[in-house]
Amino acid sequence: MLSQIKTLWTVFVHLFKRNETVQYPEEMPYQAPRYRGRIILTRDPDGEERCVACNLCAVACPVDCIALQKTEKEEDGRWYPEFFRINFSRCIMCGMCEEACPTYAIQLTPDFELCEFNRNNMVYEKEHLLIDGTGKYPDYSFWHVAGKTIDGKDKGEAQNENKPEDVRSLLP
Amino acid sequence: MFFENINWSYVLILPLIGGALGGALVLVWWERRLLGFFQDRLGPNRVGWFGILQSLADAIKLITKDDWVPPFGDRALFILAPIIVAGAMLMAYAVLPLGPGLIIADSNIAILWILAMSSLAVYGVLLAGLASNNKYSLLGGLRSAAQMVTYEVFMGLSLLGVVMLTGSFSLRDVVHAQEDMWFCIPQCVGLVIFLIAGLAESHRLPFDLPEAEHELTAGFHTEYSGMKFALIMAAEYLSLILISALIVVLFFGGWLGPKFLPSEFLSGIVWYGLKVLIVINFFILLRAAIPRPRYDQLMSLGWKILLPLSLLNILITGAILLGTQ
Repeated sequence: MLSQIKTLWTVFVHLFKRNETVQYPEEMPYQAPRYRGRIILTRDPDGEERCVACNLCAVACPVDCIALQKTEKEEDGRWYPEFFRINFSRCIMCGMCEEACPTYAIQLTPDFELCEFNRNNMVYEKEHLLIDGTGKYPDYSFWHVAGKTIDGKDKGEAQNENKPEDVRSLLP
Repeated sequence: MFFENINWSYVLILPLIGGALGGALVLVWWERRLLGFFQDRLGPNRVGWFGILQSLADAIKLITKDDWVPPFGDRALFILAPIIVAGAMLMAYAVLPLGPGLIIADSNIAILWILAMSSLAVYGVLLAGLASNNKYSLLGGLRSAAQMVTYEVFMGLSLLGVVMLTGSFSLRDVVHAQEDMWFCIPQCVGLVIFLIAGLAESHRLPFDLPEAEHELTAGFHTEYSGMKFALIMAAEYLSLILISALIVVLFFGGWLGPKFLPSEFLSGIVWYGLKVLIVINFFILLRAAIPRPRYDQLMSLGWKILLPLSLLNILITGAILLGTQ
């Protein structure tokens, strides 16, 4: 009986508490910077695509909404996706692709307003996904730290990379 | 003259029915809004001024819905049931006093009439459950019947204290007997018991076992849709208003204002409306705060605690009355 009255009082006090509700279309709710919403593809600090078409995001995706095709650039040998397609009508915004990505190319943004009248418009191609900036990691450039040879950067020339050891010199 | 032959109490019928149904409509919105505030939400606030037209939008939606009658059920009873519920509830309003002289039928058995009508409404609920030919509906109807049998008993008994103090079953006399002191003080036990019984009688949460959503989908009105459903819901809110008004009339002095204020401070009907509003808000607070008891808990609370308590209340009230005579 006493607990019932206490409950009544507690609920009554809530009448004067601030509402948690946000009047959404007029008033935007606060989105944390790490909120997992619409997926983007980012670029290097020098403006090239970060994605190296390794397919790890497509493998990690639990709902199989990512499809891409690897190809290589003729001039410098960098890998990049020929097409990159995300079906947002399937995407569950789990962020596993972001965790899987070795080059910080694929990132999730706080934008959650994905509404289309036509379902086909939920399929985003590479030109829709690519942004001009670097996203969350402004200084990171995969091709500058990776050991892979591309045109203009040989083995051992990447940042924090030692020159390749001449294994024959170690022979007695 | 023509006007001299009119019994003015009949003129009250239309405003009363309109007011009660309109009040029920507004109450649907107000309850949702208040529940929202209790739960740190906002509730419906988009349609009209502060969302006050929400129930109008709901009504339009319900009218345009398919009014489906289950082919496996009893067609005639299925259609009749909501009419019985709403009709019985509206009949009970006939003897409800709204102010000094503002009463349609000033009956000398008004309390008995209201108790009878509210038990008649149970038939509608029971028949709705039976005619739907659906196990959830039937369970809801059965629960409703058992709950009413239990709670009707001491709903009547809890009022006997008031009746003894007044010496009359007429609601007008009950109010006039409270001019010195409201009955909520000498009859506080009766008030609590009547409050609980009224809650169970209008099967509102926490005593909404006939329609317990989590167990019986929607209980006795599972199969109802469109305007029949709206009629059942309207009856539910009508009974809420009725019980609140009854509590005000029987225990809180009806249209009488507090003694320490001059009588011309506010007119009787305003006092009445204010008090009814407070009681209704308390009912909504109960809905927001108290969880639904288990079915056996409901039954044992009724038979083992409230029934002896109301009998004890009658005994003590009678003894004191005898002693002071």
